[in-house]
Amino acid sequence: MAKLALTINGKSHAIEVDPETPLLWVLREWIGLTGTKYGCGVAQCGACTVHMDGVATRSCQIPAGSVGTAKIVTIEGLSPDGMSHPIQVAWLQHEVPQCGYCQSGQIMASAALLATKPQPTDADIADMVTNICRCGTYQRIKAAIHTAADLSVNANGKA
Amino acid sequence: MTQQLSRRFFLSASAAIGGGLSLGWSLPSAQAAETAAELGIWATIAPDDTVTIRIARSEMGQGTLTGLAQLVADELDADWRFVKAEYVSPEANLANKRAWGDMSTGGSRGIRASVEYVRKGGAVGRAMLIQAAAAKWGVPATECTTGLSVVAHTPTGRRLRYGEIAADAAKLPPPADVKVKTPAEWKLIGRGVKRLDTAEKLSGKLVYAIDVQLPDMLNAAITACPVFGGKLKSFDAAKIQSMPGVRHVVAVDDNAVAVVADKWYQAKMALAALPIVWDEGPNASIDSKQIAAHVATGLDAKDAGIGQQHGDFDAAFASAAKKIEAVYSSPFQHHATLEPMNCTAKFADGKVEVWVSSQNGDASLAAAAEAGGVKLADVKVHKHHLGGGFGRRGQQDPVKQAVQIAKQIPGKPIKLIWSREEDMAHGFYRPIAQAKMRAGLDAAGNVVALHGRLAAQSIAAYLAPARMVNGVDMIAFQGWTEEEFGYMAIPNLRLDDAIRNTHVPVGFWRGVNTNQNAVFMECFIDEVALAAGKDPVEFRRTLMAKNPRHLAVLNAVVERAGWGTPLPKGVFRGVAQNAGFGSYVAAVAEVSVTAKGEVTIHRIVAGTDCGYAVNPDQIAAQVEGSFVYGLSAMFSSEITIDKGRVVETNFDTYPVMKLAQMPKVETVLVPSGGFWGGVGEPTIAVAPPAVLNAIFAATGKRVRSLPLTHHDLSHA
Repeated sequence: MAKLALTINGKSHAIEVDPETPLLWVLREWIGLTGTKYGCGVAQCGACTVHMDGVATRSCQIPAGSVGTAKIVTIEGLSPDGMSHPIQVAWLQHEVPQCGYCQSGQIMASAALLATKPQPTDADIADMVTNICRCGTYQRIKAAIHTAADLSVNANGKA
Repeated sequence: MTQQLSRRFFLSASAAIGGGLSLGWSLPSAQAAETAAELGIWATIAPDDTVTIRIARSEMGQGTLTGLAQLVADELDADWRFVKAEYVSPEANLANKRAWGDMSTGGSRGIRASVEYVRKGGAVGRAMLIQAAAAKWGVPATECTTGLSVVAHTPTGRRLRYGEIAADAAKLPPPADVKVKTPAEWKLIGRGVKRLDTAEKLSGKLVYAIDVQLPDMLNAAITACPVFGGKLKSFDAAKIQSMPGVRHVVAVDDNAVAVVADKWYQAKMALAALPIVWDEGPNASIDSKQIAAHVATGLDAKDAGIGQQHGDFDAAFASAAKKIEAVYSSPFQHHATLEPMNCTAKFADGKVEVWVSSQNGDASLAAAAEAGGVKLADVKVHKHHLGGGFGRRGQQDPVKQAVQIAKQIPGKPIKLIWSREEDMAHGFYRPIAQAKMRAGLDAAGNVVALHGRLAAQSIAAYLAPARMVNGVDMIAFQGWTEEEFGYMAIPNLRLDDAIRNTHVPVGFWRGVNTNQNAVFMECFIDEVALAAGKDPVEFRRTLMAKNPRHLAVLNAVVERAGWGTPLPKGVFRGVAQNAGFGSYVAAVAEVSVTAKGEVTIHRIVAGTDCGYAVNPDQIAAQVEGSFVYGLSAMFSSEITIDKGRVVETNFDTYPVMKLAQMPKVETVLVPSGGFWGGVGEPTIAVAPPAVLNAIFAATGKRVRSLPLTHHDLSHA
């Protein structure tokens, strides 16, 4: 057992946990943030994607003890109201989710992509958004990322 | 329709979801529910005009929740901006003699099997609102009209908002006989309105059953004997008792053991360390090769159940100028819902409560009662949105297990989650199937005889023996029944099935047997067209002389796809059509295959005639999504068996389609009206054969066994 202080969505959380416990389960079971999902546990599906210092990361593979001072952002912390990040706005516009279970991960992967490539090509999207969606929302994910990129440019233009 | 309903059922349902506020999918707060007036059984209206529509079916991504709300709201003449939805709880349905009908959500029946009574339910509410307003004004009801949640008295221009009159309306007896609108009067049906339940899926706030958190809750990880039919012999709990968080180690039924811990991750780690002895039973030596050989014995067996036949196939085939034969095969497939199987259960004071993502709330209730050994009336079921269903969540095995565990630890809610490995190893798989296809042509290249012989495992035999008819499983002939089969003009036809069951559990997988049957038939028809020297589209058109609806969809798709027009170099087309779940579908795929054999699907044009289209945008979403599910099975995924158990236990060995492989999908709706067809499943069947036929066009290689990863498609 180890005493850890994790910075999640801008808040510090003090927890006592086996440091080998994956960040995914610390988020879900110790912190109570269930928006980050368990799908496979072996970094195949991406349902557990969070941002670690801005980088899209599959949290099922990150031992809690290795997080250190890295800033973690989960789906709950992506935007203040849960709907205003350009990716979330575009997702609603394109009606992307079906069952929705993978969408936290899809959204976090896509938001990280836009942060590094504000105007991604289809090839960029295919390279960077490799999360599994069993409902098959890929066509709308692709379209929504392009829309979000345009929204971001417009928003930045105004600012 | 006139009984009074107990309000408490709906209050309890709202607590299950956690009461989160949302745009359109939230259960009403206790306060709102108390002030909302009940108009019949399908809708309540609050003083602030919020219309809450009750949904008995389950939402698993297919959009049924929104579609059903559209049907009720249209008849109610409700303003869609104020419409929300809530689940009817299974215990409410039970206590009210199934007033809300069947809760089972499968077979693409969510809309089409509910459409009559939910629309009537909306119309009842509208009649009550009119009656109440007319009484208040002292005018005849016939002088009143409705629209956008307002009752208006046309001669005087007086108006009452639904919220103002709902409380009065609720005191009236619901009329027994109401008329529903004609299609020309529809305002919401046919409109691509936004889904009611999207917002929480973007913020991480939607609580799936796997996310349930309750006071004092413990978490359970489970493993059942990996060999189907095997039993639990013993386990050594002492070895893991001191591991972090571990509270209990319990046997579950006669074939599984569960570790219960403070956290699920602790339970999972302890379970991995638990010494377990299995009695693997008589199936422990079976492998996929043996299973394939067993299934193949059905291809030429004398005994076979008839799906349909007319004319005399044997005689016509014997005298045919040209004969074509081919054998096809299709492996087991797993559902692999992204939310693994799970259920939370609490057993206390002889009562059972469960929190579950289920495709059938009624069945979850019955399973919980049976496993808990309690009366149906002593069970409460909290329905949650499903993280994928695809047929898997019609089965209630996780509910039974969770209750069996909870009963051994009374008073504590127990959340049982299956690991992905457990989920993959204990499914109800899409049945393994082979087919021997034979056709005879006359000298002019006309098809004079067709025989499709299935040799396949039977879902009905495994899950629903009562549905077997004289030893025949009619589910096996999906897409090949008289109502569905597109080539009824073939004069000598026989479609039959030699059932070959295995020890592997099978079940309903999105599209069920239309998946395999469409590959067998539509790829073979392409082979026959080639042998006849005819264009695959023209060839099908001739065979569809007696099937105008099939033909119309095919024509719509062919026209949109530009069949016969030039394509970029290296790109080839393939076509397929099918009918199932009450709808008619077709697809044209555009595919290229590199010299090394790498396949790219560039575009698929997909058509569906589902009769009436309730929400065109959601239908398009289902078409796109069904293709991903169906093409995953065509490209790369399969379940194989070794030593009696499943070999592929995670997505690394059961690869599924990802965004990079997604073609452009164009949905063509050709709703011909006059019937209500299904949407979630019908189109899944046509993507694989259309793509396989295009692969043949590109490479000259005919793929007759799936998945594609077994084949070398390199070509000069």
